[in-house]
Amino acid sequence: MTAPAANAVAFDPGLGWRLHHQVSVRPEPFGALLYHFGTRKLSFLKNRTIVDVVKSLDEQPDAIAALRAAGIGDQQQAPYLHALGVLVKSNMLVCKETQ
Amino acid sequence: MTTTERPVPRLVDQFELGLDAPICLTWELTYACNLSCVHCLSSSGKRDPRELSTEQCKDIIDELERMQVFYVNIGGGEPTVRPDFWELVDYATAHHVGVKFSTNGVRINQEVAAKLAASDYVDVQISLDGATAEVNDAVRGPGSFAMAIRALENLAAAGFKDAKISVVATRHNVDQLDEFKALADQYGATLRITRLRPSGRGADVWDELHPTPAQQVQLYDWLVARGERVLTGDSFFHLSGLGEPGALAGLNLCGAGRVVCLIDPVGDVYACPFAIHDKFLAGNILSSNGFQDVWQNSTLFRELREPQSAGACSGCGHYDACRGGCMAAKFFTGLPLDGPDPECVQGYGEPALARERDKPKSSVDHSRSGKRKTPSGPVPLTLLSVPPKKFCNESPV
Repeated sequence: MTAPAANAVAFDPGLGWRLHHQVSVRPEPFGALLYHFGTRKLSFLKNRTIVDVVKSLDEQPDAIAALRAAGIGDQQQAPYLHALGVLVKSNMLVCKETQ
Repeated sequence: MTTTERPVPRLVDQFELGLDAPICLTWELTYACNLSCVHCLSSSGKRDPRELSTEQCKDIIDELERMQVFYVNIGGGEPTVRPDFWELVDYATAHHVGVKFSTNGVRINQEVAAKLAASDYVDVQISLDGATAEVNDAVRGPGSFAMAIRALENLAAAGFKDAKISVVATRHNVDQLDEFKALADQYGATLRITRLRPSGRGADVWDELHPTPAQQVQLYDWLVARGERVLTGDSFFHLSGLGEPGALAGLNLCGAGRVVCLIDPVGDVYACPFAIHDKFLAGNILSSNGFQDVWQNSTLFRELREPQSAGACSGCGHYDACRGGCMAAKFFTGLPLDGPDPECVQGYGEPALARERDKPKSSVDHSRSGKRKTPSGPVPLTLLSVPPKKFCNESPV
């Protein structure tokens, strides 16, 4: 039933990422809810900017490019990179190159 | 998970304002049940003749898909006795609405277990209120322990991974927490422990069954020490004042009408599964413009999403932790809603319970009349020699 524990994938912002195909994104006034139908895990995106970033990942060559495209300056990237790292750890995001 | 330059309100504060759709929705498909548990929160037994048809249920699933309600907790009654149960489960999962259903195990035979094992979107939760037949059957009825264990065996044998064993914590099973955990491990299942609410028939037995104050501490300590892989449905937030903030996993918030609600078998929408009473009735799906209309526009839900008064609890240092506890627990024990929970960890509930109380009775009661039959053997199934006098008065099994 539950997907096997995700292999400990390291988040490399220089690589391309996308949402896992079993993840749904539901917009909410504060940001969005993410639900992974495989792991049954719920996650929260706490602002609209990170929602835009996550949604744009698929069409961007790598995570850094997605942040820049969302207007996040290089000095402001740290919290967003951290958030993406958490999503990678919980298997919400998967690496385009290795899948 | 994320931070930004501007401070963002805590998630729990966001949730108290309500969401565009529930995170988690309980849907009771029928009031019919083959058992008659003494603490049944929905006073189930007999089917209600007004229960939603297959088509009406599918319309609701379509709406839940549009609202992106990721999954529903299906219960009852015993949902699997509905003839269209599996059809509805398949319809929901095909429409991106995941299903977790609660059952006493009556229909989980080898064939059903094999079918469930093949699905990626269905979770099964087997109810068990004692780690031994003696403790369990006193609450859930003769033969119910064996029935649940048989279901767990069938699921495990079919290769179904990670079934849930769902336990309501009572005075008689708090000492069995380690045994429950061992049972769960034995069947490759996850243990889920939730709070006994004085809802439905639970109101009649709550005084005798609810854990004592010492047992509440025992339960809390066990959850903190061993509960890392134990689910609680976030139901023990009234105990969070017993330790450090965040020691108990979960949001620690009453989600009634804000992030959760209940759809009952006739399409009535209540603030939460433990609040089947006119006071917490938000509307009916059939007589409104559908579920979304009730969720977003009902007067009751709008009120629940307003800031709530701490009332008598406003001077208490634990209020931030417990938020005054469970609304349904207060209401059905006859305590004021803006005062302490009947199981308040500061002990404020007990003197309140000792005073004269008027316990409100729900008008919704589908209990079968007459006493539960004494054990007659391991197979709780009798053939009718004469037709039942009233269609709904017979066990649906």
